[in-house]
Amino acid sequence: MNNMRKIERDVKMTDTKITARSVNVHYGDTHAIKDVDVNIADKTVTAFIGPSGCGKSTFLRCLNRMNDTIDICRVTGEIKIDDKDINHKSVDPVQLRAQVGMVFQKPNPFPKSIYDNIAYGPRIHGLSKSKSELDEIVERALRRGAIWDEVKDRLDQPGTGLSGGQQQRLCIARAVATEPEVLLMDEPCSALDPIATAQVEELIDELRQDYSVVIVTHSMQQAARVSQKTAFFHLGNLVEFNDTGEIFTNPSDPRTESYITGRIG
Amino acid sequence: MNEKHIVSSFDRDLESIQATVMKMGGLVEKALMDAVRALKTHDVELAEAVRKGDKVVDELDLTVKTDTAQLLALRSPTASDLRTVLSVMEIASHLERCGDYAKNMAKRTIAMAESGEINGSLAALGRMSTFVEAMVKDALDAYIQRDTEKAAEIIERDLEADQIYNTLFRSLLTHMMEDHRNITVGMHLHFIAKNIERVGDHATGIAEQTIYLATGEFPEDDRPKLDRTALEYQKSEE
Repeated sequence: MNNMRKIERDVKMTDTKITARSVNVHYGDTHAIKDVDVNIADKTVTAFIGPSGCGKSTFLRCLNRMNDTIDICRVTGEIKIDDKDINHKSVDPVQLRAQVGMVFQKPNPFPKSIYDNIAYGPRIHGLSKSKSELDEIVERALRRGAIWDEVKDRLDQPGTGLSGGQQQRLCIARAVATEPEVLLMDEPCSALDPIATAQVEELIDELRQDYSVVIVTHSMQQAARVSQKTAFFHLGNLVEFNDTGEIFTNPSDPRTESYITGRIG
Repeated sequence: MNEKHIVSSFDRDLESIQATVMKMGGLVEKALMDAVRALKTHDVELAEAVRKGDKVVDELDLTVKTDTAQLLALRSPTASDLRTVLSVMEIASHLERCGDYAKNMAKRTIAMAESGEINGSLAALGRMSTFVEAMVKDALDAYIQRDTEKAAEIIERDLEADQIYNTLFRSLLTHMMEDHRNITVGMHLHFIAKNIERVGDHATGIAEQTIYLATGEFPEDDRPKLDRTALEYQKSEE
């Protein structure tokens, strides 16, 4: 039993999904990310933790070029997904974002029906040839989002009418509908109650079978619960990156220790 | 980690549990000393006091267990805080056992009050207990100071405690074989010797917890495991 859990938690770092080398981010004069090197494994949940303004969200947004949308933001360095440079001029950011899905802090369903919320991405990316094929994609995505049973009888009703936790799972279902390879989550549970949080955490653990999941969270306990790898950011530096179990029992950097034990660092 | 928590009541919770353990440590050190003194001076009254005194140690152990359970549930400690809580729990268990051994020695002292002693054995037991009591005291000091070097040294010292015990075992056995009237007292004295030897093991356990607390890793145990004293003795007799 214990060994089973250990195997479950073990991460094969040989299957690297994302490689970042010397990544620097500037917002105007502010140096937000300083020379970050990291390898993110496939089929693994990696948590980014750190105090507000440490750069964890900024770094997350580098991974699907969301920072491109901010005029004063400048990203340098190299980020590769499956050995492909995502900042290369041949890469279409819209296509990239279909491959690297994202879920935000506040559930943000489109003001459309539940069905259309999910169908929107596959439609614009031309993933289905017929209505029946699209129906299948929608059902598969809603099942992956662990919300199918709750909404299957009211697919034509607005997504905004769901509860907060359901809306967030709808957004996760929407993110997986385009069959991404990486799922980025920026504080996906901070607007949810504990039960909805637990449902999303269970979902994250299931999604790990197929995706590389990267989650930014302010809740250290959440990082401890859902992730196999944890990265601690502080003042734009990646201070420590290690197995989650190790980070929370025996961190090697005193700054990590100060932060996770709730001391002034 | 000397910095304070942002939530200062967390510090007070941790400090309070550690203070309880240190109080236990003080009581156990005194109980061991008194138990051996009662044995050496045939002081039944003092032995009775030691026997009764163990209740307080048991109660403190329970306090530590319930307080740590609460702290784990309410504060979700991590890193060095987590290791503090885990080591405090272990150390309380070690001390509680030491308290039991002192109590057992006291009971045997009361039972043996009417019988004589075996030549020189009380003096030898006294030397052994002085040695082991110092181990307990130093183990607790090393814990308070988070002194891993001192802790490692205590683990080494336990080898010597084991050797003293083995010597005593041989000598008691010889006396019992020579004259079977020695057997009752000899058995009591042997159990007392064994109790003292076990206290040394618990001091070692406390030292190991100190190393875990400070480094996050348990010391490697490369000491010989098998004690062949009894078997070797039997062989040489055959």
